[in-house]
Amino acid sequence: MNWVNAVIQGMLLGGQYALIACGLSLTFGVMRIVNLAHGDLAVCGAYLGLVLSSALGVPVWVTLPLLLPAAFGAGMALQLLLFGRALRHGVLAPVLVTFGLSVMIENLLQVAATSDPRGLSGGSLALASFHITSGITVSWLFVTAFLTACAVLSGLQLLLSHTSWGRKVRATADDPDTARLVGIRVRPVFATVAGIAIATAALAGVFIGTIGTFDPQTGTDVLIFAFEAVVIGGIGSLWGTLVGGVALGVTQVVVGEVNQAYAVLAVNLLFLAVLTVRPGGLFTSRQVVREAAGQGAAG
Amino acid sequence: MTQPEALLEITDLDVFYGDFQALFGVSMAVTLGCATALVGANGAGKTTLLRTIAGAQAASAGAVSYGGSDITAAPPHRRIARGIALVPEGRKLFPSLTVEENIQVGAAAAASAQWPLQRIYDTFPMIAQRRRQRASTLSGGEQQAVAIARALAAGPSLLLLDEISLGLAPVVVEGLYETLSGLRSAGATIVLVEQDLRRAMDACDDLVCLLEGRVALAAPVADVTRDQVVAAYFGEGRP
Amino acid sequence: MSVPALEVTDVAKSYGSLSVLGSVSLAVAPGEAVGVVGPNGAGKTTLLDLLTGTGRCDAGRVVLHGRDVTRLAPPLRARMGLGRTFQVPRPLGGLTVFENALVGSMRAAGLRGRHAYGAAYEALAVTGMAGQANTTAGSLRLLDRKRLELARALAMRPRVLLLDEIAGGLSDPETEALIGTIRAVNEGGTAIVWVEHVLRVLTAVVTRLVCLAGGQVIADGAPSDVLASDAVRTAFLGGGVL
Repeated sequence: MNWVNAVIQGMLLGGQYALIACGLSLTFGVMRIVNLAHGDLAVCGAYLGLVLSSALGVPVWVTLPLLLPAAFGAGMALQLLLFGRALRHGVLAPVLVTFGLSVMIENLLQVAATSDPRGLSGGSLALASFHITSGITVSWLFVTAFLTACAVLSGLQLLLSHTSWGRKVRATADDPDTARLVGIRVRPVFATVAGIAIATAALAGVFIGTIGTFDPQTGTDVLIFAFEAVVIGGIGSLWGTLVGGVALGVTQVVVGEVNQAYAVLAVNLLFLAVLTVRPGGLFTSRQVVREAAGQGAAG
Repeated sequence: MTQPEALLEITDLDVFYGDFQALFGVSMAVTLGCATALVGANGAGKTTLLRTIAGAQAASAGAVSYGGSDITAAPPHRRIARGIALVPEGRKLFPSLTVEENIQVGAAAAASAQWPLQRIYDTFPMIAQRRRQRASTLSGGEQQAVAIARALAAGPSLLLLDEISLGLAPVVVEGLYETLSGLRSAGATIVLVEQDLRRAMDACDDLVCLLEGRVALAAPVADVTRDQVVAAYFGEGRP
Repeated sequence: MSVPALEVTDVAKSYGSLSVLGSVSLAVAPGEAVGVVGPNGAGKTTLLDLLTGTGRCDAGRVVLHGRDVTRLAPPLRARMGLGRTFQVPRPLGGLTVFENALVGSMRAAGLRGRHAYGAAYEALAVTGMAGQANTTAGSLRLLDRKRLELARALAMRPRVLLLDEIAGGLSDPETEALIGTIRAVNEGGTAIVWVEHVLRVLTAVVTRLVCLAGGQVIADGAPSDVLASDAVRTAFLGGGVL
């Protein structure tokens, strides 16, 4: 009984990881940008949610119609002003730039909000739960987070495979030079993708902030899990990110049942194991593997 | 008799890759409704010239004018919208997209609706059957057809083709050239880079030969002998 | 007849199922200047790779100064006096011109101390780069990068020098300067095997032209004869050219 509960809780936790990872997967898959500030941007989303929900006196969910568009805009601005420029200097430049951005964000948050742990007001949803059986209690909040992750991932997948915009994004991800040649305007494509990535990060941040507490340093912890989820699932695969997230979540909770101290270690060991056996991740697109091989040979 | 109308005019074009000069003062004109063959040895600058016309490569000096307007500084999507489309060397299909998606993406900035999907499939029946397959799974000849189809989807008035016969069996190349001949009869303006001189001269009305980044010969096909072209190609008779 | 400086016999190379070189044989006499031409995909760069040892032959032998080097690694062939330049000059940007040349004499040829410095400086002098010896290599213009590429190869005092498409992208005066430099190198006794697309430059220096097409040697002789031959013209320009 205990194990089933652990697996279920783990899966639901995995949904949160997947939600925060999907923006990272998108940014790298399309633009080949490794965004080390991704976790911090998610935490910014949580802080923004705090500010808005306190100012308006409502549970944080009500602030989403304001919060998400703001995050989308911030993502576009970051891409046009910062990431796009960094990319022109090689693939490694965005890593340095986003690292700097991460440090900047954490320090700004520290100054503005102090390092006191905060929580978001989730209203009645945050406290509700239901019983599946006598031994298994599931929190509605966790379920909502998981379902939201699934919804976001399916939504993105549908957009990418069934819309004209999605085709342009996939073509640009395959070959930006040829995309430009056939008349796709690459800068707006990158800007919208970045906007979506940061918006999903902010949404994930809101869930993190409601489920647990957060402070300026939370971004760094969250980033590691996001990365591991993306790498396990495979770069360039959105559903792979869900699988990756769930793998992490299940490992963490199940090992936590045995010995809480080893839970996080187990997660990292899983990550290492996948890296050793299938460095490309479980569902990597062949395109990305080929590119990596090509760069390795030339470099 | 009136001068034939020039659709595309290139004047004194210089193109550099860093400080490597690929084109030196290239000038040429492409007549409306005619097919022009662009020949020359490797490294002569043929691909560079086509890419510069399409806007993928910037010129450091000189001008490109299309339908009477200067497009020298225009980015690729504006040139496509005006009616220039390039089938790049090596096909460069998007590997993770299906055949149909590759073609649809070509219409991203389309100049006109002259080539709806159905007309494209009628012209290239062999790829119609494979429309839902990923482009990377097709044979070389089929991929080349898709690359041409992708350019046609933009409804261009000037079609640029860079080495479409590379790596393909002769019978496949015959098929592609038949299609081109059909396009020509329909009044399309074409610039074609082709290694095989016989094919180039059979398929085209005008010929331009590049040598080391410069124009060595530019004349109607009917006015030059093959020997003259070969001499220009190898740079014989140059001081 | 003297021992050829460099000789390949029936070398073949395939990458997977794609055969790039079929059965190529070529002998270069000491001090001779040979040009190698051919259409795209003929196997010219692959041939150079097999000569230097960067690629392993699937069949055939490579003999350098009478010694079989078919299985010998590139650094060891360099020690034996085989030098090579690359199509895109990549000088060591952070080092000076002199230091770049020194890399050739110390690393490639294994010279030490005064001998290394002497060889490096001589190489710079022959290629006309001595005046820029203290300039940082990263700031050089194209012609000088090509000359430095040449100097670095010369600093190892090669007896055979392989040139890979060195003439592209230069203006007329720059091309003339490069021709002069390469001629001087050849007149100093170094045998040259030169893969090139710019035919005019090649024919100004080499006394013999080899044409590769489809992985085979289809012509080998005096430049004017080779370029005028039907087989060569067909290879470059397709059938029915006559």
